[in-house]
Amino acid sequence: MSENIANLEEQFNRRIANGETIEPKDWMPEKYRKQLMRLISQHAHSEIIGMLPEGNWITRAPTLRRKLALLAKVQDEAGHGHYLYSSAETLGISREEMYDQLLQGKAKYSSIFNYPTLTWADMGMIGWLVDGAAIINQTTMAKCSYGPYSRALLRICKEENFHKKQGMEIIATLIASGLKGKEMVQESLNRFWWPTLMMFGPHDTNSPNSAEMMKWKIKLKSNDELRQRFIDMTVEQALEWGLTIPDPKLKFNGKIRSWETGEIDWEEFNRVINGNGPCNHERMGARRTAHENGSWVREAARAYEEKQRLRNISAA
Amino acid sequence: MNNPPQLFEYLIRIADDRLILGHRLSEWCGHAPLLEEDIALANIGLDCIGQANNLYTVAAEVEGKKRSADDIVFFREAVEYKNLLLVEQPNKDFAQTLVRQFLYDSFGLLYFDALQQSAFQPLAGIAQKAVKELRYHFRHSSQWILRLGDGTDESHQRTQEALNSLWRYTGELFESDSLEQQLHSEGIAALSSGMKEEWDKIVTEILNKATLQIPSSEMHQQTGGRKGQHTEHLGHLLAEMQILQRSFPDIKW
Amino acid sequence: MSGEIEHDQGDLWEVFIQEDDNAPHTHAGSIRAADPEMAIQNARDVFARRGKAKSMWVVKSDHIKATTPDDVAPFFDPTADKIYRHVQFYKHTLDDELWKKR
Repeated sequence: MSENIANLEEQFNRRIANGETIEPKDWMPEKYRKQLMRLISQHAHSEIIGMLPEGNWITRAPTLRRKLALLAKVQDEAGHGHYLYSSAETLGISREEMYDQLLQGKAKYSSIFNYPTLTWADMGMIGWLVDGAAIINQTTMAKCSYGPYSRALLRICKEENFHKKQGMEIIATLIASGLKGKEMVQESLNRFWWPTLMMFGPHDTNSPNSAEMMKWKIKLKSNDELRQRFIDMTVEQALEWGLTIPDPKLKFNGKIRSWETGEIDWEEFNRVINGNGPCNHERMGARRTAHENGSWVREAARAYEEKQRLRNISAA
Repeated sequence: MNNPPQLFEYLIRIADDRLILGHRLSEWCGHAPLLEEDIALANIGLDCIGQANNLYTVAAEVEGKKRSADDIVFFREAVEYKNLLLVEQPNKDFAQTLVRQFLYDSFGLLYFDALQQSAFQPLAGIAQKAVKELRYHFRHSSQWILRLGDGTDESHQRTQEALNSLWRYTGELFESDSLEQQLHSEGIAALSSGMKEEWDKIVTEILNKATLQIPSSEMHQQTGGRKGQHTEHLGHLLAEMQILQRSFPDIKW
Repeated sequence: MSGEIEHDQGDLWEVFIQEDDNAPHTHAGSIRAADPEMAIQNARDVFARRGKAKSMWVVKSDHIKATTPDDVAPFFDPTADKIYRHVQFYKHTLDDELWKKR
């Protein structure tokens, strides 16, 4: 029996090494399944929780154009959460179970969404930095070995193109409108810079599952590699705009043509991940309230369907 | 069309209806009972605000005072807003939101259907697109009314309560004042007073199917939105909506 | 908490969208809904909100019978050597010649 499993696993590893895609009904090691479930459900939860900090500004968006774009963007996040929950479901976990894990505080989601959105410039900052970081992650992960996740990410990447652009447009417009607007952007950058760098996760040396996940192609680049790619791209843009990156140790290393930063505050990262960031309680509270208040609606939808089914049967 | 202030006033009314309703829907984003419904309510909200945007843009041209659509939206006081009282009522729960939507959609569909024939081309054009969207909105809200009304005891009770509390704002939908009549006689406006019978028929059919009681026709009807006489809810909505433009008049957004 | 709150997100439905006239309906993804009408509305909002759709089908996921990986060899391998099912198998060229003359 165990010999059989070893055989299957060898075959599985060979398929991955050949660049084949794994589909839901294919045999897969239990650990591969578990890691993917964790990864995809965390990503799905991040999209759903991620609706809240931006949703916070929909009713205050300063022009009709901005209001339409922001509402469409937050709606896309709901759509992306939806694709991701669906792809996680192919692994044998239901959306109900995933919701339950989230609402009971057992599931994690991206730490960035536990920071508050305090000014309109934060809408630009989330588009530029947070979506910028997410795009780097997702375009890499779109080449992962699990078919449903890869397909969901391809779709997401395609739709998310405009998210980062609209963020950069918000920033550029504020900066162009004078000193006050630029101050608003700089203040926002000061708050979002470090939490965005944390989005890529711990250093490779502290990332316990990395090697195995890389072998299985459910991780394709290391945390530090992706983080560096983001830094090099973003610092140039910030300088172009005349903004100051809030890192006194930031310097350009001409030899490797790359920006070196100071150390991330990992204590803060762990605090936020473990539930004590500035907004963890509000975010979870909002999700719980929505879920509890929606309970009677979901019951009604089910009850109506059952009544209709009985009516159809007695009519036949 | 010979009278820009009148036409402007008329366009603003319809635009305000769509904006305020869309704004209320947008408040749900991230808080809906089902993920699918987050997406649906946002879709409908986007349609509403998009229609409003088009209508304000035309209104601004008609006015000819170099005000933009945004100037009109972000720098008017509550008493200058001319939307129906129904659309400014708060979301409260999903039943209140969907009943409000259903009562409006069934009216809006008839109204924009008629506006497709407007002699004022820009308005007719906007209406032609809006009718398609409204058909979908009506389908969405009426299907939910069936499920909520004929679902569980709790959903039935909540929906009945919503109907009882919002019914007092439906009379206003069919008030055709002298402005509407005047523009109707010029072939520009639709005449809402002529739509009551058809609306009654549509609404009665769905509410009956949903096992809901239609409130008494004797119920006192609140009115005044078209004259800027609003409920207190609108002021709060606008305070939130307008805060950035009002706080930083020099910043470009 | 999980005991009291209704978690039920509805049944799982598969969505198929036809993007153009003449195109086949292709699988777009899945959605949750309690009944067929809500399923088709949700499918529209989730998968067709960027336009491009001519027609849409929804079908309950548990109504789909699919092959398993074990079926792959017995189901699909034998067709590979049945070359007479493919147009390249036939050498008759009159159609092509007439076509060239037009």
